[in-house]
Amino acid sequence: MAEAASGPRAGSAPWFLSAPALLLFLGLLVIPLALTAVLSFHSFDGTRGVLPDFTARNYLEVFSDPYYYEIFLRTAGLALAVTLLSVLFGVPETIILSRMKAPWRGIFLIVILGPLLVSVVVRTLGWAILMGNNGLINAGLRALGLTDEPVRLLFTMTGVVIALTHVLMPFMVISVWASLQKLDPQVENAGLSFGAAPFTVFRRVILPQILPGILSGGIIVFALAASAFATPAILGGRRLKVVATAAYDEFLSTLNWPLGASIAILLLVANVIVIAGFNRWLERRYAQVFEG
Amino acid sequence: MRKNGLLSLVYHAIFIAFILAPLVVVVLVSFTGKGYISLPTDGFSLRWFRAIGGATELVNAFWISLWLGLASATVAVVLAVPAALALVRYRFPGRGVLAAFFMSPLMIPHVVLGVAFLRFFTTVGVSGSFAWLALTHVVVVMPYALRLVLASATGLDRDAEKAALSLGANRMTAFRRIVLPLILPGVVGGWMLAFIQSFDELTMTVFVATPGTTTLPVAMYNQIAQTIDPLVASVSTVLIAGTVVLMVLLDRLVGLDRVLIGKG
Repeated sequence: MAEAASGPRAGSAPWFLSAPALLLFLGLLVIPLALTAVLSFHSFDGTRGVLPDFTARNYLEVFSDPYYYEIFLRTAGLALAVTLLSVLFGVPETIILSRMKAPWRGIFLIVILGPLLVSVVVRTLGWAILMGNNGLINAGLRALGLTDEPVRLLFTMTGVVIALTHVLMPFMVISVWASLQKLDPQVENAGLSFGAAPFTVFRRVILPQILPGILSGGIIVFALAASAFATPAILGGRRLKVVATAAYDEFLSTLNWPLGASIAILLLVANVIVIAGFNRWLERRYAQVFEG
Repeated sequence: MRKNGLLSLVYHAIFIAFILAPLVVVVLVSFTGKGYISLPTDGFSLRWFRAIGGATELVNAFWISLWLGLASATVAVVLAVPAALALVRYRFPGRGVLAAFFMSPLMIPHVVLGVAFLRFFTTVGVSGSFAWLALTHVVVVMPYALRLVLASATGLDRDAEKAALSLGANRMTAFRRIVLPLILPGVVGGWMLAFIQSFDELTMTVFVATPGTTTLPVAMYNQIAQTIDPLVASVSTVLIAGTVVLMVLLDRLVGLDRVLIGKG
């Protein structure tokens, strides 16, 4: 929010106007998160339930138990893979999109971004239908004579990565699109008219200018992939647990709430560190770009 | 600006196919006449659309989601409008922090919010309450409403409002007759976006939903987790159709690119 606010004397008016929202947020955001943080330091006993003591045992367990260790590693790997794929495939598509003529540009932008408004359950259901052993992907591969055995996608990491890339791709396109809109097309033409090869123009002229957009798109996709629930839960099955589904299981199956709370708090802290740290780095790195 | 070559257009076609494939396959499968997931190879059937009427759990969940979306979007907009005016019109200490605080639910993973609300609900003893569930949805969807209201309130010409005030209109009248009509596209767009976000929300709600407050995404998730049948596909098709209608409305009102990309 860089817009300059007007009005010489503020006084209590802005606080009065934002009081209702502020009260709701204090009551239903700050307090629940604080309760969860406290809960994560309680201990849990199989027969007596949650004990109101103060211990770091849950955190130690998450860090030392290879089971949870693996879940955090798998989640990071999933988020990284989804981020790389959405950069690799989303950036060229957004550039192609920006070069299209008036009606098509808008139409395809809506086709790509529209699925954001469709429930993630519906989008994941589509992938589950496509990926089954008798699903369309395998039928297509068989028809082309590429495989005899069905390729296992459902309940594999590959399947989760593909579907989650689809679910989060719009965020990458939005971010790159926004940075492409600021680009002056004449600069590209200048490079070409001076005899530079198209790829050189891309690498030396376009890429440096849209890099902030790619990076901020990447961080959004990474953060959302790391905390995704529905897609890994439906396509990953019971075995391929990620942080979000592990927290869900602790709360609603195992009923070890303190441990589930510590997993959630760790996810939140990691999320905030990654986003805030990245934003700070981006602002310092691209201070000139933003000011110019 | 350079034109796209043939290779680019082929890439574009494949990309669009990838984006649309899962949605198209859901729609196709929902027209099957068979009792299992399959493409309607021998004629289209409305069997699974008729079956929606008999699926009481899903129908009830739909109504809960609908009321939840209407209630939380409305409350979110009622809170977001004065908050947006405060942020746009006044320069005061803490303004940046307040704006960041109101936007913070976007940065918190929904699974963390779900855990936090579940803990809060059991501590306070309000599990299963529709009103409390709606309030948690307000927290989650308010940033979306606030963003669009902020965009429409920024750079608003205040002369008409000042004229009304100097001619003796009180602040409420000036707001109702002058400011509100001017920011209405942002308010309506914000309301619709908030409604969609609430209606679609799964990850947070799945933690706090009780048998009496099971929303449609939660009911569908629970069903899909057990078995995938053409019924969830036909319900999904109805949802996709509804989303397309809302998208057209949003596009007419505020411009869809503005809603989705979030540029004022």
